[in-house]
Amino acid sequence: METLTTVEGKAYPFGMKNVDTDIVIPSHWLKTISRTGLGKGAFEVLRKEPGNVFDDPAYAGSPILIAGDNFGCGSSREHAAWALGDLGIKVVIAPSFSDIFSSNAFKNGILTVVLPQAAIDRLMEVARTDEIHVDLEQQTVTTQFQDRFAFEIDPFRKHCLLGGLDEIGLTLGDADGIAVYEKSVAQDRPWMIPAVA
Amino acid sequence: MVKPRTLYEKIWDAHVVERRPDGTCLIYIDRHLVHEVTSPQAFEGLRLAGRKVRRPDLTLAVPDHNLPTTPRRDADGKRIPIADPQSAQQLEALERNAPEFGVRLIGDADVEQGIVHVVGPEQGFTLPGTTLVCGDSHTSSHGALGALAFGIGTSEVEHVLATQTLLLKQSKTMAVVVEGELGFGVTPKDVALAICGRIGTAGGTGYVMEYRGSVFRDMSIEGRLTVANMSIEAGARSGLFAPDETTFAYLNGRPMAPKGADWDAAVAWWRTLVTDEGAVFDKIVVIDAADIVPTVTWGTSPEDVVAVTGVVPDPDSFEDASKRAAAQKSLDYMGLTAGQRLADVAVEHIFIGSCTNSRIEDLRAAAALLDGRRIASGIKHAMVVPGSGLVKRQAEAEGLDRIFVAAGFEWREPGCSACLGMNPDKVPAGERCASTSNRNFMGRQGPGARTHLVSPAMAAAAALTGRLTDVRELLKDREGMTL
Repeated sequence: METLTTVEGKAYPFGMKNVDTDIVIPSHWLKTISRTGLGKGAFEVLRKEPGNVFDDPAYAGSPILIAGDNFGCGSSREHAAWALGDLGIKVVIAPSFSDIFSSNAFKNGILTVVLPQAAIDRLMEVARTDEIHVDLEQQTVTTQFQDRFAFEIDPFRKHCLLGGLDEIGLTLGDADGIAVYEKSVAQDRPWMIPAVA
Repeated sequence: MVKPRTLYEKIWDAHVVERRPDGTCLIYIDRHLVHEVTSPQAFEGLRLAGRKVRRPDLTLAVPDHNLPTTPRRDADGKRIPIADPQSAQQLEALERNAPEFGVRLIGDADVEQGIVHVVGPEQGFTLPGTTLVCGDSHTSSHGALGALAFGIGTSEVEHVLATQTLLLKQSKTMAVVVEGELGFGVTPKDVALAICGRIGTAGGTGYVMEYRGSVFRDMSIEGRLTVANMSIEAGARSGLFAPDETTFAYLNGRPMAPKGADWDAAVAWWRTLVTDEGAVFDKIVVIDAADIVPTVTWGTSPEDVVAVTGVVPDPDSFEDASKRAAAQKSLDYMGLTAGQRLADVAVEHIFIGSCTNSRIEDLRAAAALLDGRRIASGIKHAMVVPGSGLVKRQAEAEGLDRIFVAAGFEWREPGCSACLGMNPDKVPAGERCASTSNRNFMGRQGPGARTHLVSPAMAAAAALTGRLTDVRELLKDREGMTL
């Protein structure tokens, strides 16, 4: 996974609420067996609307997406995170996210920043003309107009994002602990986890 | 004295492999269901890193999302090629990956094949008190049997394959209590939709729900599966029912359920899996069963629910400005106007199926209404997609297939089908479907498709009249019939 420390750049002033992952990437794009190339399908339906932010040259290539409440609800498809990543998005800022989406985003090196609606409204305004600065180390979102919004993040997620760490590798380092757990359950409830032959 | 715990906390505590100082826990995963859409990249990741599947014996692979629901084998037993090369490629990837990594595969033409969330309970793969995951958000379904079950993304699928664990933070708990008796013509689907309407699609975010109260205690496993299935539509990754005699009776004798002395020991442990007296939920939502009526959705989110006897709401009636805008956008997409009576809305398509409503009881409820009747002339296409080959076989043994076909429905092979239109089963743009599935999102059933979520009985009623219909009107003619 790539490391993520600071992200500075333009932001899509999207703002839509309850964006489900079917909107982020429609199901016919899920037929791929690769993680790449899904940016073309991102927000496909919305991009048919004239004047949508994703096809506005003013925001082309923005690394930040500003969205409304409950972003990424619905399907667990990680393709939504892959599609955003492929589009070049590294940070999504919203008042709230679905649990599954934020987990998927994080595992693909995309930072989800939760800020109150008032901050979102202000950032939407700034994004129309100016850049936004996200600092993961400091846990802040700032603008050149002295706006400064602090955000919370799970320390483990922060550590993994800053270091670009491979979570599976980290967990496999604890293989002995897993084996001990399996053994104890195999004794108490063999129907649940059979002993390994 | 031991602190009273909720059912969720008991299952969680029993699965902690390691607790980190920041509260993150390494949680053991007892059961892992794998399907063809969200697993290819996970297996590829294992391959690239030279890793193997830690517990293939706790993993079960079943293709469901992509499969055509038309016959899959010719007269000689040879596969009928899948027209879409990408769908074929995903199926082939699963058929290659499962044996390569030692995982059991239920094949596309096996009688046990079906939607993963129908197959798991049916095979006894899903068991009370276990942790169960799948790369699909409707994994919440398995909570009906008292399993802590939730959907995961592909990176997590790879993590579980490699380590049989996940790194998780404990969720908050929400009790959803429905007491009383359900009214005439009101089904578990209506209960699920009512909950979505009350809580909203984000209301359950960060929570694990527990369904409590007399309505859920009296509900069959099929009904509980419908309700638990839609937990995710109210934002909760997982929704639990405490295992009880109904659960044990359902599981006893299932192929992968414990047998003999193991069964007795398992049941003894399962009986302890109830929320203790005095345990505290972070949130409690109470709904009076008498307030739940036959329900339909009017918009493009499962929280957009209204009584079938009601009217399309006026976007201006919402307090929040962004909600007003969203409602207007939904109405534009749905081709509806504020104040329009739902019962006047004509539909052209009927879909009975999906992990929400494709089990035998669902098919019985629909068939009971359709028996001896014909679908309305305005219906362009009506189909039934059983949840599994075993559901299909059971329905055929009961003669339900003949009722559906005589009424003008197509009787299909099992799979996810028109719930999300990854296979050829799609609703054309601008056309309207009464669907027993779980999501009415824009484009969900096909680009431009308009979805109204309903119960199986209401889907059958809509098929008969050609418009959204209060099933109670039709039930009146069927003397003594209940759902």
